[in-house]
Amino acid sequence: MRLLVLLKIALKSILKNKMRSFLTSLGIIIGVCSVIVMVGVGQGSQQKIEDSISSLGTNLILVFPNYSRVGGVTSSRSSRQSLKADDPQYLAENGEFILAASGSIRSRQQVVGGDSNWNTEVEGVDPGYLTIKSWAIESGTFFTERDNKSKKKVCVLGKTVADALFPNTDAVGQRLRIGNKPFMIIGVLTEKGETAMGNDQDDIILAPTKTVLTRLRGRDYLNQIYVSAINEDAIEAAQAEVTYLLQQKHGIEAGEADDFIVRTQTEITDMASETSKTLTLLLAAIAGVSLVVGGIGIMNIMLVSVTERTREIGIRLAIGARSNDVLRQFLYEAITLSLAGGFLGIMLAFGISSFMNRFTEINTVINPQIVMVAALFSGAVGIFFGYYPARKAARLNPIDALRYE
Amino acid sequence: MNKVIEMRGIVKNYQMGELEVRALRGIDLEIVSGEFVAIMGASGSGKSTLMNIIGCLDVHSEGEYYLDGENIQDMEADDFAEIRNVKIGFVFQGFNLLARTTALENVELPLLYNKSVKMREVVTKAEAALKLVGLGDRMDHDPSQLSGGQQQRVAIARALVNNPALILADEPTGNLDSRTSVEVMKLFQDLNDKGITIVLVTHERDIAEYAQRKVVLKDGHKIEDSPITKRRIAATDLQNIPEEG
Ligand SMILES: Nc1ncnc2c1ncn2[C@@H]1O[C@H](COP(=O)(O)OP(=O)(O)O)[C@@H](O)[C@H]1O
Ligand SMILES: [Mg+2]
Repeated sequence: MRLLVLLKIALKSILKNKMRSFLTSLGIIIGVCSVIVMVGVGQGSQQKIEDSISSLGTNLILVFPNYSRVGGVTSSRSSRQSLKADDPQYLAENGEFILAASGSIRSRQQVVGGDSNWNTEVEGVDPGYLTIKSWAIESGTFFTERDNKSKKKVCVLGKTVADALFPNTDAVGQRLRIGNKPFMIIGVLTEKGETAMGNDQDDIILAPTKTVLTRLRGRDYLNQIYVSAINEDAIEAAQAEVTYLLQQKHGIEAGEADDFIVRTQTEITDMASETSKTLTLLLAAIAGVSLVVGGIGIMNIMLVSVTERTREIGIRLAIGARSNDVLRQFLYEAITLSLAGGFLGIMLAFGISSFMNRFTEINTVINPQIVMVAALFSGAVGIFFGYYPARKAARLNPIDALRYE
Repeated sequence: MNKVIEMRGIVKNYQMGELEVRALRGIDLEIVSGEFVAIMGASGSGKSTLMNIIGCLDVHSEGEYYLDGENIQDMEADDFAEIRNVKIGFVFQGFNLLARTTALENVELPLLYNKSVKMREVVTKAEAALKLVGLGDRMDHDPSQLSGGQQQRVAIARALVNNPALILADEPTGNLDSRTSVEVMKLFQDLNDKGITIVLVTHERDIAEYAQRKVVLKDGHKIEDSPITKRRIAATDLQNIPEEG
């Protein structure tokens, strides 16, 4: 029989039992929705990581303290305190392939300036930081190595902080208190905007590393060091150089374990995406199971429906339906139900994901490919789980079916 | 006259576990085009079984059956489906309409399964059939909104919508009161007058008298096959039965 006619017949009987049809599709709706949202959450976190890494700077190499334990004992060489305040300068001055280097020590601080209060991130960095970040000063100046050496209490504001604390006046030359210590504002940074994931990069205050270490944190070690290679081709050479120079400076003999780890940006991105890919896959697998369960739900209801409609099948056979027509009618019903479920699931997923993006900390990224896969998969579920009940219907004998009470 | 139905020694056995039920025990039957035949007999005598075999809903165990000159033995399941769709129209005692489906949609069904009917003809043909049975004003009613007689007329419209050569009716008046029964018989007589062959199963003598010929079964045997001598005309009878309500 003509495809269109059979589709019409299938559609009619679906609409005749709206509640049952909805309940049948519910499994698919939830399954498809959870696949899309779960993968969206996984990919959202992946993108967030990649995003924050790539926003760090260009041709970037990162140095972390190595505090991994060797044989259960933290060796003297392996310490979270191994990166010292003058390491970045040493790298910048002695490295052939190193364009600039900067330490980093971050903390959230309450700051008071103008007439307002503001909670923001204060990052201790070296003068080379702007080069690494390819950032610039909008007004005023950036601090120098001399400011750093003399632990001067000067700072540079991100645009957001400047606008928040000094909405009507020029922030440069004003004073502000960071954690109750008075600082002089010597510059304001140009606006960098949000990252792709919506983090405001301008909500920050920069101050010299040594100032932050001594005046604010009372310690002498850095969280990490940023190094910028002179160009993209020199990244690996610069990585080797950083390793060599730090071994030299930290007095590490050949054969001894390094007390630091040097990673290129690409290596970090790869590691991070590897982790979140695994997470994404795990989430997708869990959601996939619910899609299969949804399919079994369709099969279950279709089987009941075939029994319930035995008489209808008998009538159709008596007036000229071929068994293939009956098979296709029930198959199309199952496919339509699961496709409709898939469609509703996709809609629901879009709703949930935009809700999550707006009202929660979790970012989701809806991947068109996943939506396609989910749609195709729900159709496949319909065929797979609809076939058995449909064949059962098609194999009915007309007389037995007509006599069925 | 060409033989629409030609049966030789038809036997039908049903296997009920250990037990073998011999529903038909050697039936010879010929029906020519344009006849109106009533099949009679007590309950369990094999009338429905014979009807189902004639209508290709079931296959016989022994014997030969030629439908329109073609041997049933040479056909396959899909051929039977096409025969039931185009050559034969069924009318059942229990109407067998699709529930929650309008009269029009019920009548459209056989057209949908008929390859030679174009989509745009479906509605007009179904409407014409419903008008023919006098239900032109009930087309969008569900079976539950129709009386028994009206439901049976929808079923008759469905049976004749593909212009079959043969209409098979198994106790079509079994669930109807006497006046509605005669109305249905009038429809059959009208259709028969137009040349459609009709085979009707009934155990009511007066209903059988609207046919031209009666075949009586007993325990799976044909025990009588004779013309109806005093044939009743439904149109005349209707004038003598008062309308109810
Ligand atoms: N599907 C079946 N399985 C077993 N026995 C059947 C079946 N159909 C009919 N019979 C038996 O065959 C005999 C004839 O039945 P049927 O043709 O329905 O009689 P009628 O229509 O004359 O009342 C009965 O004894 C009945 O029990
Ligand atoms: Mg019977």
